[in-house]
Amino acid sequence: MWSFSYIANEIHEWLSKTFNPTWTLIIEMVLAGVAVIGLFAVLGLILVIMERKVSAWIQIRLGPNRVGPKGMMQSMADTVKLMVKEGLTPTGADKIMFNVAPVIAMIVAMLLLAPIAFAKNFQLWDLNIGVLYVSCVSSLMVISILMAGWSSNNKYSLLGAMRSGAQIVSYELSAGLSILTIIVFTGDLQMSKIIASQKTGWWIFKGHIPALIAFITFLIAVTAETNRAPFDLAEAESELTAGFHTEYSGMKFALFFLAEYVNVFIVCAIGATLFLGGWMPFHISTWTGFNHVMDYIPSSIWFFGKTFFLIFVIMWFRWTFPRLRIDQLLNLEWKYLLPISMINLLVATLMAMMGWHF
Amino acid sequence: MYKEPEILSNYALGSNSGVSLGEGDFQINFGPQHPATHGVLHLVITLNGETIKKVEPHLGYIHRSIEKMCESLTYRQFIYVTSRMDYLSAHINNHACALAVEKGLQVEVPARAQVIRVLMDELTRIASHELWWGAMAMDLGAFTPFFHAFRERESINDIMEETCGARLTMNYMVPGGVMHDIHPNFQKRVKDFLQLYKRKIHEYDELVTGNIIFQNRMKGIGYLSAEDAVSYGCSGPAARGSGVSSDIRKIYPYEIYDKLEFDEVLETAGDSFARYMVRIKEMHQSIRIIEQLIDNIPEGDFQAKTKNVLKLPKGDFYTRVETARGELGVYIVSEGGTTPYRIKFRSPGFSNLSVLDHMARGSKIGDLVAMMGTLDLVIPDIDR
Repeated sequence: MWSFSYIANEIHEWLSKTFNPTWTLIIEMVLAGVAVIGLFAVLGLILVIMERKVSAWIQIRLGPNRVGPKGMMQSMADTVKLMVKEGLTPTGADKIMFNVAPVIAMIVAMLLLAPIAFAKNFQLWDLNIGVLYVSCVSSLMVISILMAGWSSNNKYSLLGAMRSGAQIVSYELSAGLSILTIIVFTGDLQMSKIIASQKTGWWIFKGHIPALIAFITFLIAVTAETNRAPFDLAEAESELTAGFHTEYSGMKFALFFLAEYVNVFIVCAIGATLFLGGWMPFHISTWTGFNHVMDYIPSSIWFFGKTFFLIFVIMWFRWTFPRLRIDQLLNLEWKYLLPISMINLLVATLMAMMGWHF
Repeated sequence: MYKEPEILSNYALGSNSGVSLGEGDFQINFGPQHPATHGVLHLVITLNGETIKKVEPHLGYIHRSIEKMCESLTYRQFIYVTSRMDYLSAHINNHACALAVEKGLQVEVPARAQVIRVLMDELTRIASHELWWGAMAMDLGAFTPFFHAFRERESINDIMEETCGARLTMNYMVPGGVMHDIHPNFQKRVKDFLQLYKRKIHEYDELVTGNIIFQNRMKGIGYLSAEDAVSYGCSGPAARGSGVSSDIRKIYPYEIYDKLEFDEVLETAGDSFARYMVRIKEMHQSIRIIEQLIDNIPEGDFQAKTKNVLKLPKGDFYTRVETARGELGVYIVSEGGTTPYRIKFRSPGFSNLSVLDHMARGSKIGDLVAMMGTLDLVIPDIDR
């Protein structure tokens, strides 16, 4: 069968036959690195064109339709344009920090791609603290934004960065708590085991109402964490022109831009893995025939389908809602989401202890 | 490490701000190139963190000395320049000037021309409010309403294009009536527009008005009391949102407005949401006026007979009309020649902008953008 795990195994076997184990490991690491860089770029391109098409669809217009068939090559053209554009560094800027910030954003996004299970048995790094790793590394993103805002020597950038700092740090709490709800059910932090625990049903169904509440909290919190509208206060185009990346241009801007989209993909992938069963097909317990049909759909399609559905939902948010104000944003987190997710976690813990979930 | 660029800080501090910079305060230049100012408005904002301490508008970036230019143009010509003041209510600007000239000439405008003028004014008002609605939602970070508003606005522009030959600066009003008769399709097109509008208007409420985020951003924000609205000289929806009756169409009726049935929209809350609702309801009132008139355009001349070269008698003439933004006054001083001796426009945008500092103090920078949105500032109207 042509699946990702099959291809990966073939490559691994061929390498093991040809080289000694040390060299095999080194070559595999290089291959994985190249794959991550490629994935970073490809995901960015796909998500940018997807966003433009989705927004066009919501806004009763056509969207890009000139470059390539139905405008699908538009983001390639944009990339070429951004690459040949001069990446200015403002005179008053802190040059080192200014230039390092977008690279950090990129590195964080790439690191986060590692523990995601893209298909059955196809995962770069199935470490035993997978979920913890994701929430740790994703909080590094705020550092690059703060660096960019501070080093730009621009008050708009500084305001955007400070907003972003307050926002990401706050919303990480409820994102973490809603992730914990699922961890309480599974009792494991490893991605592959979390997915395996959903063989009989996804957690959003198995976990009753607490899982549903956790899912909604998670969706709101990650929308805020990735600085997407209606929580895009860090950029806040109509208030702060472009927020923390006001002074960036060319490829340095593109790295922020791509990192934002890849981050959206990652949080949606995590959401799909925790709540919607990752690559697990949709099963209804007693319908064997139906379950077999579902099993025929490749696992990678299940994973990407769920992830892109969540991405679509987040894009839908962006093109529908107005932006919140900074104090409303923090009120929403500290006065509503955080208490709700804490109580939710308690209820989920009780359920897990009593074994009330399926 | 944070170093203030010298030129900017001198510029901002050198101005007579009236508020001294305390610990942790800083000033930012909001504009003249900024996505939220919808033009070249320059605000120097004194901030403490995100909280506004002072807003100081700096004007003149799009000053074209229209008033001075008008002094060297004849009474037929100067009307066309005024389309460029408040380009969103070009018809209404032209209307005000035509009324002033007619007042001087003592010309009676034919009934048909009066109805056509009112129809055009109200269509312009709807088009202007549509654009305001989209742009204000965009200021709040919602992009989609802009495109929904433009769908309806586009059909008004098509009507304008067919009858006036232009979509934005129509130059349709002339002293004594309108430039030429309406297009044969005009009535059908307007009826089509009314249908489209009624079919789509619920989207406005679903997308924006009823949205919880939107209401939280608007309610209780940018409070303007009735006293302040009067003392700052606010007019139009900005004043009516505070409960100040200021509709020139009702108070000093011109053309046939006194024979029409429509309500002056008044809201008493005085906040951003009240100003928003005034404009939304005004669109409905404009629709009402159009519905009354569209089937009752009287036959007859579309233009009164006037001399080729217009000469106003010695004296001064003042007329006022209600534009989409408020009261527009036209003051002409004539020495008896073919050109005005002096012209002064009382533009609504200028007075409405003056209230911004008063409203914005103490609120957040995100709210400033929302307040500017609800004041519906058109920068060429402020600078002229």
